[in-house]
Order: sequence, then C-alpha cells, then structure tokens
Amino acid sequence: MAKFEEVGIRPVTISVDIPEVSRDLREKAGYTFTFLSDPKAEVIRRYDLLHAGAGTDGQDIARPAEFLLDSAGTVRWVNLTENYWVRARPEQILEVAKTLR
Amino acid sequence: MNARRINWPIWAGFLLSLIAFLSYFFVFVRFPVTRDFPWANLLLFALAAALLLVGVRRTLATDRSHDPSSTLGVDRPHPTGSKIVAAILATLSVAIFGFFIFATFIIARRLPTSHSAPQISQKAPDFTLSDTNGKSVSLSELLASPVNGNAPKGVLLVFYRGYW
Repeated sequence: MAKFEEVGIRPVTISVDIPEVSRDLREKAGYTFTFLSDPKAEVIRRYDLLHAGAGTDGQDIARPAEFLLDSAGTVRWVNLTENYWVRARPEQILEVAKTLR
Repeated sequence: MNARRINWPIWAGFLLSLIAFLSYFFVFVRFPVTRDFPWANLLLFALAAALLLVGVRRTLATDRSHDPSSTLGVDRPHPTGSKIVAAILATLSVAIFGFFIFATFIIARRLPTSHSAPQISQKAPDFTLSDTNGKSVSLSELLASPVNGNAPKGVLLVFYRGYW
C-alpha cells in the first residue's frame, strides 16, 4: 500500500466498521493511510455497493470494490469482483496509476 | 485374522479433506495465485479422494477375504464395523468437499450487481465520513491534500466488507 503513496496515489478504505474497529485493524496491520467509517452504509448505498444482509448478523455491508480516481475525482479504473474472495491485485492498480498525471 | 487393522488410507483421506477445506481460508487465500482459483485445494481434495478410494477398496477386500462365500447382509462383526467407519468418513469427506465448492464458488459469488456504481470516466460522488480518529473527512479533501509532499495524482477508494 505504501507503493501507492510513492506514485502519488492516496489509498482510502471504506467499510461499515465503526472508527474503533477500523483503528484496531489499521494499527494491527501497520497501515498509515485513511480508513473511513460508514456505519449506516450511506456512502456505500450512494455508490450502489450495498450487499444487504450479508454481515454475520445480517447487517448491511459493502461488497468489495475498488475505484481509482484521478485528481479531478473522475473514475479511471474500477474493479467490481464477482467473487468476494477475489480482490484486485496491487500490481494491476499500480499499472493504471502510472498513467495518471 | 482377529486383529482389527486400522484402515489408514480412509483416515488419511478424511484428514486430508479437512486440511484441503481449512487451508484455503487460513493459508491459500493470502496469496493471489492460490486465492483467485483454489487449484491448490482442489488438488488436495483429489489426493484425499484417491486415499479414500484406496481405503474403501481395502474394506471391501478384507470383507471378501474374511468370508468369500458370504453376501451382503450377513453379520460379520469386524469387517462390518470397519466398513461403517469407512462409509462415514468417506461420506463426511464428500460433504466437506461439497461445502468447500459451495463456499468458494457459490456463496462467494452471490454479490449484488451494482449497476449504478460509478463507472469509468464518471465523476465519483463526493462524501464526508469519519476517519479512525472520529474526524470528518471529505473526498474532495482527500483529492486535494498532499501525498508525500505533492498534490495527489489520484485516490484509490477501497470498499471492503469489514469486521463489524
């Protein structure tokens, strides 16, 4: 993830986790980038990424998804996985990131 | 032939199918090569199936050697017992395999279609959310504030399921 910052890309994560849960995860994993909390899934809904009732206790959560935005906030690359075990590989994203100015 | 020999291929096959199941979630999912398609686990399951097959054949073979003239349904304490164990372990292994396929190929693919998600060349909707310190952060701020001392070239938004 530090590689993204090296090429000038800011990684930001979003989940329904409350800030405390994200903080634990962030600290344990040693990440330094921004973790955002969307406990009511408002932004997740606005981005049409809601996976309704998919949490362990039937909570609404986000489906995994990655978006690469340029500095104007325009989507330049998107990955909506079809299988939640399968996520985008950093190399794929870094390849696209290099084309951003 | 009174000594009841342990049918090791059956037990090994059963154990291997347990390992084949669990190793995906605890080990192989960490590496994209073994995660994106669970070929390592399918290979382990294939080995387990081979062992189980050997084990099952072995039970049937001992059965026949005990009493060649007998047919099914005749009471033979030892072979019948080992046969039951073999049948149970083989069935459990098949069930584990089925559940693995279900978990990795079916449940994991039950994802919403997200037709209205932002697409390439569309503007990502702005938002404001709390970071891990409870501070409000907006997307426009994230796009503007420096990364490594320079204006960011972009932002990578990663939505994840979370740990609730």
